[in-house]
Amino acid sequence: MKYLDKTTTLSDLASEIESGMSLGIAGWGARRKPMAFIRELLKTDVRDLTIVSYGGADVGMLASAGKIGKLIFAFVSLDAIPLEAHFRRARQAGEFDIMEVDEGMFQDGLKAAAKRLPFLPTRAGIATDILKHNPDIKMVKSPYDDGEELVAMPAINLDIAVAHVNEADQRGNSWIAGPDPFFDEWFCRAAQTSFLTTEKLVETSEFDDPNKAIRMPIERSLISKVAVAKYGAHPTSCAPDYGFDLQHLKAYSASAGEGWSGYREEYVDGVNLEEYISKVGGSESIDNLPLPIF
Amino acid sequence: MEKLDYSLAELCIVAGAECFREEGETMITVIGLVPRLAGSLAKASFNPGLLMTDGEYYLVSEPVPVGKRDGYIPKIEGIMNYERVFDIVNRGQRHCLITPVQVDRYGQMNISAIGDYVSPKASLLGVRGYPGNTINNRNSMFIPNHSRRSFVEGEVDVVCSAGYNPERYPNRNIGKYVNLVRIVTNLCVMDFLGVNHAVRLVTLHSGVSMEEVRDNTGFEIETSGEIRETPAPTYEQLQLLDQLDPQNLRAMVFKDNPRGRRDV
Repeated sequence: MKYLDKTTTLSDLASEIESGMSLGIAGWGARRKPMAFIRELLKTDVRDLTIVSYGGADVGMLASAGKIGKLIFAFVSLDAIPLEAHFRRARQAGEFDIMEVDEGMFQDGLKAAAKRLPFLPTRAGIATDILKHNPDIKMVKSPYDDGEELVAMPAINLDIAVAHVNEADQRGNSWIAGPDPFFDEWFCRAAQTSFLTTEKLVETSEFDDPNKAIRMPIERSLISKVAVAKYGAHPTSCAPDYGFDLQHLKAYSASAGEGWSGYREEYVDGVNLEEYISKVGGSESIDNLPLPIF
Repeated sequence: MEKLDYSLAELCIVAGAECFREEGETMITVIGLVPRLAGSLAKASFNPGLLMTDGEYYLVSEPVPVGKRDGYIPKIEGIMNYERVFDIVNRGQRHCLITPVQVDRYGQMNISAIGDYVSPKASLLGVRGYPGNTINNRNSMFIPNHSRRSFVEGEVDVVCSAGYNPERYPNRNIGKYVNLVRIVTNLCVMDFLGVNHAVRLVTLHSGVSMEEVRDNTGFEIETSGEIRETPAPTYEQLQLLDQLDPQNLRAMVFKDNPRGRRDV
């Protein structure tokens, strides 16, 4: 079954990304973001990406690194720190194009792509500035008796999507242990192909468990590459294993602008995952990060 | 009996709870301390049918006290992952009590950006779920600082939500599910039951004058009906708030934790 061995390295995942591509990043805000992959991507000379994300530190770092040509988003936030400082700085400077849509429209765009449809109708966006600032988003009239005018949310087609999971096997089966799978499966279905980073690489037999199977929303046929990245979501959370690292997120936020080169030097450039973990306090301290309570 | 002593925050919480009195088995989304305690109070007293989460992923059968959990374990009655939230939004069974940065005469809200859209003076969160929430569901607001900066003249800088401006709708027909319920501020309670859904003053908080509200609002508000004083919290409500907020975080909502009654 060698042909189903999809395992590779983080740097190989990053090397697959080409300038100008449309890249979907799964997770939500400061939760279960494939941050180890993002840091690898920062090390490449890729640029002008269309980034599609329920945004958090992933968007912030890509913004400060100048990787974004266009951002498709509904929000960018670190949850406990509501406003993402790196995103704000870049957005205020007008450094990239934006397509700002409702969270539900965003989901409809992914689902349209997943269904290979040009659009999905929704009421979200009507009477708001979304339609003013995105003249490409058209209205559609119901062909039925009601004749209602609806927003035709266009498909958000992705070249590649990347998600971070708790466990995966070499075939690309995966398990999300936290209570919320977010929209990871829809990112993957909207993409030509998708990559996983995983806390743990396991034997397929580990998934021979009905309780686990109900938390396996991403079918392996969507996945072409898998890379191990223990603590790969840090500084975002990976429930139930660890919460987000508020102290690190604060320091990261404070580095927006002049401090960014220092942050990069310390945590990104020439730093592999093992070194990164040690720099942020070691595995034990990440294990002890409390899950967020609101 | 002597009149109860209560804080402005407690008055706002009690006024906020009233947003949910008429709701059935609706999921309430209450963001920020005052909204969260308002929803918790409604669920723990007059409307136990409300659906509410632990602030994360689970539906809970009783409101989770705010602050440090201190051994409290949320009583789960179901799961509320994000995808399900959107299913509820589309079906119209959600009522949000939220705090936008700007509000205008049409009830349109802004949490995206201040100033020019392309290179804004201040980039905020992004439109989040406001467009879908407002075109599909009931929504209420809590504005802790009633001022001309929050209640703006003209339209808000980025219209993130559907409101009552007919010019923005196909064929000038306001969306059939648009329903803005009430606005609670540090000065008063308002609703949208004026002529053509104009913002209308409902009650003034203790010791607040109509002029004070007018001076701090960037648009005309209707003051036609009988304006009463915002009902004070009852003893039972204050007791409940002690349970829902055992660490008294509500004392930090407003600077110096002002009293709810200005006459004492």
